[in-house]
Amino acid sequence: MITYLEAIREAQAQALSTDPRVYIYGQDVGEFGGAFKATKNLAQEFPGRVIDAPISEDAIIGSAVGAAIEGMRPIVEMQFADFSTVGFNQIVNQAATLYWRTEVPCPIVVRLPSGGTAGSGPFHSQSMETLYAHYPGLVVMTPATVEDAYSMLLEAVAIDDPVIFCEHKYLYYHLKAEALPSEALPTGKARIARTGRDATIVTYSAMVHESLACAAELKSEGWEIEVIDLRSIKPLDTDTVLASVARTGRLLAVGESWPWGGVTAEVVARVASEGFDLLDAPPMRLNAKDTPVPFHPNLWGTHRPTARTISAAMRNLLRL
Amino acid sequence: MSSIVEAPRSRAGQIESREMQPESREIYVQAYRCMLLARVLEDKIASSYRGGKITGGVFLSRGQEALSVAVGTFLQEGDIFAPLIRDQAGRLAFGESILECTRTYMGSRLGPMRGRDGNVHRGRPRAGILPMISHLGAMISVVNGMLIARRFKGVEGTIGATCMGDGATSTGSFHEAMNQAAVEHLPLLVIVANNQYAYSTPNSRQFACHDLVEKAAGYGVHGETVDGTDLAACLHTIGAAAQRARRGEGPQMIVASLLRLTGHGEHDDAHYVDPDLRVSPVGRDCLSVAEAHLLAKGWASHDEPKKWQEQALQQVDEAIATTLREPAPDPGAEDWCAISSRHLAEGAHP
Repeated sequence: MITYLEAIREAQAQALSTDPRVYIYGQDVGEFGGAFKATKNLAQEFPGRVIDAPISEDAIIGSAVGAAIEGMRPIVEMQFADFSTVGFNQIVNQAATLYWRTEVPCPIVVRLPSGGTAGSGPFHSQSMETLYAHYPGLVVMTPATVEDAYSMLLEAVAIDDPVIFCEHKYLYYHLKAEALPSEALPTGKARIARTGRDATIVTYSAMVHESLACAAELKSEGWEIEVIDLRSIKPLDTDTVLASVARTGRLLAVGESWPWGGVTAEVVARVASEGFDLLDAPPMRLNAKDTPVPFHPNLWGTHRPTARTISAAMRNLLRL
Repeated sequence: MSSIVEAPRSRAGQIESREMQPESREIYVQAYRCMLLARVLEDKIASSYRGGKITGGVFLSRGQEALSVAVGTFLQEGDIFAPLIRDQAGRLAFGESILECTRTYMGSRLGPMRGRDGNVHRGRPRAGILPMISHLGAMISVVNGMLIARRFKGVEGTIGATCMGDGATSTGSFHEAMNQAAVEHLPLLVIVANNQYAYSTPNSRQFACHDLVEKAAGYGVHGETVDGTDLAACLHTIGAAAQRARRGEGPQMIVASLLRLTGHGEHDDAHYVDPDLRVSPVGRDCLSVAEAHLLAKGWASHDEPKKWQEQALQQVDEAIATTLREPAPDPGAEDWCAISSRHLAEGAHP
């Protein structure tokens, strides 16, 4: 069995061994192997290519852009997605504008250990994908499975543009697969994680698993819920979403990030504007509450959507 | 890149093998002529702006040419240069053409930024000249990364240089990147033009240390100060710093004292500048100082500066005339795609 976290480690090992342009740079990623051990033993296996950085997210990203200009393929780890705000300027103004301004591509991968886990609190739990998707010039990946964590990270390294790789910390140890995949859907294609006929849940990352649990629960009540895993939120596979809504007539978009704007709002907006006539009920969305992410497990478990709250929202939608 | 100013053609960096002498006539005259060309070019850009031929801001280097040209002078082919807004002279010395300037300011589609960015935000990263973003201090770590990449690739002997004003030293980006350069022991020149004001904010509201060069020690970076109005001093100090960086002695920070002899941009009348500063040593015009030095040394005849200025005017007039005949960007022909992986662009159907 291989975990989601091990898949990320294996993808980086694979990238390092097959592409001499790849190096890894981030806080504690070297000998120590990273705060989550996503780079465990990589410094030993690839001497000189897995480098500890000072606590300087701005300079970490800025230097990755410079290295990319020189033809390297840096993978940088933000220790927590939350800390990428310190490097935000370099991501959205330097990396994201470089190709458009100069025709020189910027192949960097920024790994963001994302999302909430019990006890992590306001500054180690954030989901940042919405912010980065808002800016032109970035690709934003949100893998929900062990297989995607592996294959999409390899694809991220191969892509000539800056990729924000939102890997979910809750899935690091919880999610296991039999083996690494030998083939994968390309980035930009959503995956139908479960087929259904009565309603569509469009979601991504850890919420895919909460949504699948919701679908299993509602199955016992006689409902067939389709679950779409977006895989990447930019680009966002509108076609697969619309095709699903065409079959089910009902849409619930679920995200772990905050409710103002964001991926779920984007999905609802696209379906409402491009597929209004496909809908049998108002499109709905469910997000975390509009507060910082709380520390205590009781509060955290209520702050974010869960199978229970997704099911409650879905029952409302099915009654409309 | 080729030299902009006619013979003597070789840039200082390229004659380093025969023991560079920053105070030599050859280098001094070359640098002076780049300063003069920058001044003439920027005066023309300013008058074009006032004549309504330029959209957006115009940012001039007046008073900072000696410092800037010294940086460009000691960079060689293959080195990296991340100029800031007052580095026209350094750009010319590094080999950027006059057309790159006029095309970017005047919005020619044939310029390096193709109308997507303007004025001082121009460069060609693959040619080693970086297009600045507006966020101060942000270019330093990009140069660091290029130097780190060269270390990975086994490229030896090249250095990187980046310029900024006093205000940039207050940013978090500056701090992070200076520390990073020191930790990685990179061959980096960090040139700080302390021109006394960041836009309208005087030094007294910008920093509280005695001299900005004191910051260098905190990072473990070698620091030097220089009189930024004195071309000979700038050539000497920056030439030596470039040599140290090239020899592997790590990052070098140079803090130059001078006065911005213009507004922040051409929209700014700089009424807030203390009149006493204008008549103090930092308020000297580096171009006049350099010309006096040339004549005193006997490195130029009395009428040569005038002749060089006329040649510069002709070069600039030709570039502007060429640029004015060139097409503007066409929104209909623009592809409006911000990423190179076109199949991943929003709206693309894989």
